[in-house]
Amino acid sequence: MKILRAAVALLSCLPVLAWAERPAVHEFQLDNGLKLLVKEDHRAPAAVSQVWYKVGSSYEHEGVTGISHILEHMMFKGTEKHPPGEFSRIIAANGGRENAFTGADYTAYFQTLEKSRLEVSFELEADRMRHLRILPEEFAKEREVVMEERRMRTEDQPRAKLSEHFAALAHTNSPYRNPVIGWPDDIRAITVEDLRDWYLRWYAPNNATLVVVGDVEPQAVLELAKKHFGPLPPGDLPALKLRREVEQAGERRMTVKLPAKLPYLAMAYKVPALKEAQADWEPYALEVLAGVLDGGASARFSSRLVRGGQIAAEAGAGYNLYPRLPALFELEATPATGKSLRELEQALREEVRQVRDKPVAQAELERVKAQVLAQEVYQRDSMFYQAMRLGLLETVDLGWQRADEYPARIQAVKAEEVQAVARKYLLDEHLSVAWLEPLPIEAGKAVIESIQETGHVR
Amino acid sequence: MYAKRWIVAIGLFAFWACGVQAGPVIEQWTAPQGSRVLFVKAPGLPLLDARVVFAAGSARDGEQYGVAALTASLLDAGAGEWDADAIAQRLEGVGAALGGGASRDSAWLSLRTLTEPDKLAVALETARAVLVQPRFSPKDFQREKQRTLQALKQEEESPADIAENMYYEALYGAHPYAHPASGKPETVARLKREDVKRFHRRYYVAKNALLVLVGDVSREKAAEIAAALLHGMPEGAAAEALPPAPDNGAGTVLRKTFPSAQTHVLSGAPVLPFNDPDYFPLYVGNHILGGSGLVSRIIDEVREKRGLSYSAYSYFQPQAARGPFTMGLQTRNNQAEEAVRVLNETLRAFIADGPTEEELAAAKKNITGGFVLRIDSNQKIAETVAMIGFYGLALDYLDTFSARVEAVNRDDIRRVFQARIRPEAFKTVVVGGEAKTD
Repeated sequence: MKILRAAVALLSCLPVLAWAERPAVHEFQLDNGLKLLVKEDHRAPAAVSQVWYKVGSSYEHEGVTGISHILEHMMFKGTEKHPPGEFSRIIAANGGRENAFTGADYTAYFQTLEKSRLEVSFELEADRMRHLRILPEEFAKEREVVMEERRMRTEDQPRAKLSEHFAALAHTNSPYRNPVIGWPDDIRAITVEDLRDWYLRWYAPNNATLVVVGDVEPQAVLELAKKHFGPLPPGDLPALKLRREVEQAGERRMTVKLPAKLPYLAMAYKVPALKEAQADWEPYALEVLAGVLDGGASARFSSRLVRGGQIAAEAGAGYNLYPRLPALFELEATPATGKSLRELEQALREEVRQVRDKPVAQAELERVKAQVLAQEVYQRDSMFYQAMRLGLLETVDLGWQRADEYPARIQAVKAEEVQAVARKYLLDEHLSVAWLEPLPIEAGKAVIESIQETGHVR
Repeated sequence: MYAKRWIVAIGLFAFWACGVQAGPVIEQWTAPQGSRVLFVKAPGLPLLDARVVFAAGSARDGEQYGVAALTASLLDAGAGEWDADAIAQRLEGVGAALGGGASRDSAWLSLRTLTEPDKLAVALETARAVLVQPRFSPKDFQREKQRTLQALKQEEESPADIAENMYYEALYGAHPYAHPASGKPETVARLKREDVKRFHRRYYVAKNALLVLVGDVSREKAAEIAAALLHGMPEGAAAEALPPAPDNGAGTVLRKTFPSAQTHVLSGAPVLPFNDPDYFPLYVGNHILGGSGLVSRIIDEVREKRGLSYSAYSYFQPQAARGPFTMGLQTRNNQAEEAVRVLNETLRAFIADGPTEEELAAAKKNITGGFVLRIDSNQKIAETVAMIGFYGLALDYLDTFSARVEAVNRDDIRRVFQARIRPEAFKTVVVGGEAKTD
C-alpha cells in the first residue's frame, strides 16, 4: 500500500473555507470509544469511509521500525471470518476502491463506494479491527513484497535515499528519524509475534476514528456504525511516552554520495508544530512563511531562484502544521546547469536571511492568503481529501475543529509575525544540511534477443 | 492528463447500483473562433474548471523531438504585456491555478478558478494571454530548455524511466510515438526559439482546439467565457491524422544493465486506438487479467501467491493511433527471470481460456458498481469530458458505457484476446542489475 511520509506536501496546501458556507461536521462517540465524524457532500451518490488508527512509525521503537506499515499490509490478509484476499474481493464486487496508507503519526484504511454500499465497508473494517489473523505463511510472502516496495521507493531512488539519511541526521532522539517503511534489517527481523503484539496494542475502537464523507445522512451513519463497530470491545491502551527531540546545539552537515545524474540539496530547521507550540500563532506564521517562499509560481523561490537568478532548476519549501511531535521547516533544491551545490546553498541561506531581516511585502502576504481561501473551495471538490483532513487532525489529537480555524488563522497572520518566526527559528544552530553528490552510473550493457530463439520470453 | 493509465480511468465508468445509467449532461457548441466547446454545469461549489486541449503532443514533433513539450512549458513564462512574474502574481492573487503539459497525442492548458466575477475576470484574461499571446522570450526559452535538458538527464538515474523510453522505442520504431514526449537530450539541445514559435503558430489554433468547461455557471455565461478565453486565437486548421502505428514485427527481448536493486520489466505491443470495436471486451478482459488492483490474475500470481513484486499489472492505453497493451512489474534482480515467466504464463493461460464465468461477473460488478466514483468531482468530470471530446467519442459515451460492459461475454473476451494479443510478437524490456543474492 501507500506510504505517506511527509504530510508536508499535503498539508501545506490543506486549508479550510472561510467565506463559503461551511458544511457541518457531525461528531459522535460510541460507548467503546470509537470516534465517528460525518460530513455531508451530496454532489454525487457516493461516499468515502476511512478508519484512522493512532499508530504509525513515530510510535515504533528501535528494532521494529516499519512494523506499523507491515501490519497495514497484513490487514488485507484475512480474519477469523474472511480468508486472505477476500476483503479486497468483496470491496471490488461492490464497485468499490480501497487502499491504505501509513505515516509517521497514523495508519489509515479507506474505501470509496456508491453510497448504498457503505455498510459493506463498515462490516469488513469492524471485523478486521479486532479479529485479524496473522498467518505465518502469508507474512513470509508479504515481507518480501514490503522489501520490494522498499527497493522501489528508496533503494533505487537517490533523492529518497538522501531523505532517509537526512531524517536520521536532523533528528537525534525523535522517532521521526526512522523511515516509515522501516530499516531493512528491522523489516527482515520482525516476527509474527511482534505483529500480533502490535496489532493487539493499537487496533481497538478507542484508538480509532471513523470518518465518512459523502451523500449520507449522519444519523443513519451513526446507526450503521453502532451496529458494526458497537459490539467491539475497547482495548487497554498504553500511555504514550513523550519522545520530544532534544535541543540541537550547532549546525549538522552530511554528504551523500550515490550513483545519480543530478546533485541535490536539502536543508531543515527545527521548528515547533501546532501541537505543543508555546504560542499558537507561531505555526501559522511559519505556514505563511513557507507560502511566501514556495506558494506557487509567484513565490520567491520560483521568481528569484529559478527564473530571476537562474541558480536553481527547482526549489521548494515545506512546513507541516500538524505532526504529533515537533518537526522541521524544510528547504530543498536542485542546482541549475552550471551552478554548484555551494552556490545554491548560499542562495537559499540568503533567502532565509532576507525573511529574517525584512518583513515580507503586503502583496506577497495577500497572495498567500488568496490562495488559501481558493484552495479551501477547490479541496471541497474531493470527498477523499475532506475526509483525510478530518481524520488526520483527530488522529494527532488536535481535533478536527482545527480545520475550521485554519483560514481565519492564516488571514490573521501579519508580516511582522512572519519575520518574528523566521528570526526565532531559522537559526544556523538548528539547521541540518545534506548534499547529494552524484557518483557516476556505469554505462549499461544493452543486449537484444530474438524471441524465436528461446521460444518464449524468459 | 492523458496519462499512462487512461484505460484504468475509463474503466470505472458504468452505472451505479440503483440502475441509473446517466453521466453528466454535456452541452456542446462551436465557439466564434471555430473551436469545439463542451460544457457541463456543475452546481454546488463556486468554481470553474477550464481545459483547452490541442492536437499538439509530441507526435507532432517531426524530427524536433521535444518541441511540443517545450512549447507547452513556455506558455506561462511570459505572454501579452506580462512576464512570468506578472502572470503568476495575477493568477495567484485571485487564487487561480494554471496547469498544462504535453503527452504524445495532445498538449493542454487547465485553469481552475473561483467564479466570483472579479476573480474570474482576472483569471480568464490572464489565461487567454497565455494561450494566444505567449512571448517565448529568448531568456525564458533558454532557461526552460536547460531545465528540460536537466530533467532528461535525471531520467537517466531511474531504471523505470530508462525502461519506459526503451519500451516505446521498441514498440513504435519509426512512428512518432517512439520518442519520449519530453524529447531526447540531443534533439532538445538543437531546438531554437523559432522552432517553438513555429510550433505554436501551427498547432495552437482554434480549429485544432477543444475547450471543456465544468463549473457553477449558466450555459449563457459559459458561452461568454469560451469566447473570451479563445479571443484572438487564429482559426488555423486541425492537425493532420497521425500515421497508423506499426504492426507487430518479431518479438524481441531488450536487456540493459543498470546498477539498481530492482529489475524493471515492461512487455507488450501496440494494440488499441480509441473508437475500436473490440474496446469493451479488451477492456473488461484486461480488468480481470491485470487491471483491477489486488484482485487481478497478474497481481494474484506475482504478488499474492509469490511475493515477487510490490506492483504488477497490465493495461491498455488507447491513443489516437494504436496505443500499447503493456504488462509490467519490478522485482529484485535475482528473481526477474521467474517474475517474467509468471507474467507470461498468466497471459498465455488467459489468452487460451479466457476468464471464468465468476471472474467475468465480478469484473462487471466492479466496473459498473463503481461508475459514480469516476465522476464524483468537477475535476474528474472535466478530465473525462476532455477525453471524450478529444478522441471523438460519442457524447452519450458515459450513458451507454455500462450497457456495453454488461454485454461482454466470455467468448468475446477470448476471441478478441486471441485475435489482438500476440505474445510471440511482444517487445520485452528488462532493465536492472546483475542477478546476485540479495
